[in-house]
Amino acid sequence: MDILFALMDGIVVAMQPTNLGLAIAGVLVGLFVGAMPGLGSVNGVAILLPFTFVIQEFTGSATSPMIFLAAIYYGAMYGGAISSITLGIPGASTAVATTFDGRPMALAGRADRALVIAALASFVGGTISNILFTAFAPPLASVALKFGDPEIFALMLLAFATFIGLGGDDIPKTIFSICFGLVLASVGFDIVSGEPRLVFFDISGFSHGIRFLVLAIGVYGIGEMMWTMMSSQSHSAMSYVKITRQGLIAACREFASAWRGTAIGSFLGFFVGLLPAAGATPGSLMAYGVAKLTARDPKSFGKGNPDGISAPESANNAASTGAMLPMMTLGIPGSPTTAVLLAGMVIWGLQPGPLLFSSQPDFVWPLIGSFYISNVVAVLVNLAFIPVFVWMLRMPFTILAPVIFVLSLIGTFAAYQDMFDVWLMVLFGFGALLLRKLDYPLAPAVLAIVLGPIAEPKLRQSLLFSDGDFSIFFTRPIAGPITIVALILILLPIVKFALAHIRPAKR
Amino acid sequence: MNKHMRSFLNTAGALALSLSVVTGPALAFEPDKPVEFVIMAGQGGGADKMARLIQSIIEKENLASRPLIPVNKPGGSGAEALTYMNSVSDPDHTVMVTLNSFFTTPLRQPGLGVDIMKFAPVGRMAEDTFLLWVHKDEGIKTFDEFVTAAKDRGREWVMGGTGKAAEDEIITDYLNNNYGLEIKYVPYKGGGEVAKQLAGRQITSSVNNPSEALGFYQSGDLIPLVAFTAERLPLFPEVPTLNEVGGNFVYSMQRAVVGPPGMSKEALAYYTDLFKKAYDTADWQTYKTKQSLMGNFMAGDDLSQYWSEQRVRHEAILKASGAIK
Repeated sequence: MDILFALMDGIVVAMQPTNLGLAIAGVLVGLFVGAMPGLGSVNGVAILLPFTFVIQEFTGSATSPMIFLAAIYYGAMYGGAISSITLGIPGASTAVATTFDGRPMALAGRADRALVIAALASFVGGTISNILFTAFAPPLASVALKFGDPEIFALMLLAFATFIGLGGDDIPKTIFSICFGLVLASVGFDIVSGEPRLVFFDISGFSHGIRFLVLAIGVYGIGEMMWTMMSSQSHSAMSYVKITRQGLIAACREFASAWRGTAIGSFLGFFVGLLPAAGATPGSLMAYGVAKLTARDPKSFGKGNPDGISAPESANNAASTGAMLPMMTLGIPGSPTTAVLLAGMVIWGLQPGPLLFSSQPDFVWPLIGSFYISNVVAVLVNLAFIPVFVWMLRMPFTILAPVIFVLSLIGTFAAYQDMFDVWLMVLFGFGALLLRKLDYPLAPAVLAIVLGPIAEPKLRQSLLFSDGDFSIFFTRPIAGPITIVALILILLPIVKFALAHIRPAKR
Repeated sequence: MNKHMRSFLNTAGALALSLSVVTGPALAFEPDKPVEFVIMAGQGGGADKMARLIQSIIEKENLASRPLIPVNKPGGSGAEALTYMNSVSDPDHTVMVTLNSFFTTPLRQPGLGVDIMKFAPVGRMAEDTFLLWVHKDEGIKTFDEFVTAAKDRGREWVMGGTGKAAEDEIITDYLNNNYGLEIKYVPYKGGGEVAKQLAGRQITSSVNNPSEALGFYQSGDLIPLVAFTAERLPLFPEVPTLNEVGGNFVYSMQRAVVGPPGMSKEALAYYTDLFKKAYDTADWQTYKTKQSLMGNFMAGDDLSQYWSEQRVRHEAILKASGAIK
């Protein structure tokens, strides 16, 4: 009950005109940076961090600037879906999984439905995780502490296991795609030995590693666009989508029918967000993988399945709340954006850690209250703007294609201000087109480049602990079961595939 | 950063410039575009927090005509940032926040072709300190108890730290070599993650900076045993220095701003002046006290002199531990 009262007080503070205004402004900024390819919540929060000093000066508390930055974080989670669906370029790394089914749905003339599903799923995911956060923050923090290196590696292995289900039926091609992504992920300086790896021709651009966004924009912006131009689908992109009340009601119904994806995304996303070093991007990708793996009709994924939108969209919002938890209670950022938020809290004179909840209730509860408010604001703003987003799709593809191309170039440059990345992105685009023509699934490669850099140091740190003994992944109480389930998931389809090829399946 | 934001910041910068022409004395060098502020480490660590705070102070107090734009280059314990600075195209519009990897990484990787004495000594903002931490459930209260326990457990005792052959491993090596210990060292990406691993008892000890372990220290989960400083730290008056308990080792980390080789004299003078002003603000002084940062502002020849001493010292340390020949 105490928690409920504290929350109520917090919501009241968050509803004060200044704070509410900051939440709305933050959501708008977030929607913009989220929807712009290349810019994500990290950029938005980092750029506006100095400005929060002014807000603090003006309002005299650390709560208001934090409400502003948290609203940007949420807004960006909503915004990322917009360009993923309408243009097929992931607006932010957190929205890559949304392109898998959002884009096909838009091409089939149902962009309005896809956008409504994305907005509502984001809202539900955000709200469910807010409730979990409010009710269980301290015990969940101790769960996060129990996750050492072997546990996180086991979880990553489980995520890789769901990949096998991501690539369709062609297991060898899926495995090739995963390995290709892992090789790309290992480029750059190795964290354990500090030595450079695969820095081809001594080009300095390789030394910072191949960034995930460069591959994602190349594959989904350039590669997919050319694929669409070459196939007949480009005609359907011109299809006229009209927003009607009936259409909206139908979209809501479709969202309700995609409840399974929303449920998986909300809980899995929140949990993955809790773990330090993970964050919203792996959360959304894993939710997509699990939704597909457990679906009755996995083959319809990638062709415009509503569950394929609701899972990643609810997950990225849930994960962004989840990532706030270790940041506030342990002082450990769960994602790149929370790392910047953490720096902000220290700059404003707060000490994140186990005592924050008890020593700074005046900061904590209004902030949590603002999470609820920001989510409501974000879903309303997002729904109101859907006609505008859909209007973009009415452009003929002959105009839309160059726009996508230019946005991909600008977005890649904007992310890190490095021309090398832009050339690499274009190269990946053509490579992706070639692989696509040869029928290789590309999503597993994109997943591998996200999870590889998380999994690898965890694997090596674990093996340092055990002096190279792999049994460390089986003997620990949390890591053991996860590892075993992951191995079963990986081996099952491989065995099935092998059996099917040795003797044809019975009818 | 997108174009919109950039043009907005430019306009804001231009406004600030026109103001400073009226109010302040004109300096020989003024940046004519936003200044890139390279951070030699990842987001959320001590160097990153410091860089973002300085950026915020400079904007808030209107100290510069053009904004600083932080860019993280964490690869290879600073190797990525150092090679970038070595060949940067516009040395007058780039500065970098450094750690001790500024000394160790070029020593370990001569192939990088980095000579730190060629870097421009803009200003040292502080020196960070190190303490030895254990979890409260370990039941250890003093350094002597630590030595006994670590000796008993041999390779089972795990020290977590940031990076390879960097500050934390240097201290671990010192403890191993001088107290007959066999502590195992496991590198992590950032000091915050190390503190979390220790709070969850995934590792047995750490040599975190005060700022990294402060939250868990206040909650009583982590206990500091000794400080690797010359004098006791004001924030931890009850914690003895290693020298008090019979050791002979003082180790600190520079938190300094440097310019790339080839920065002009005028630009160097401008940035030294800028960071000195930031150092003198109440915000920076408060932050320094709260995070238990030591050391005074140092620039120019003094800072170069400090670097050359530190380089000699680190070369000796790395040679003794076998990290370099």
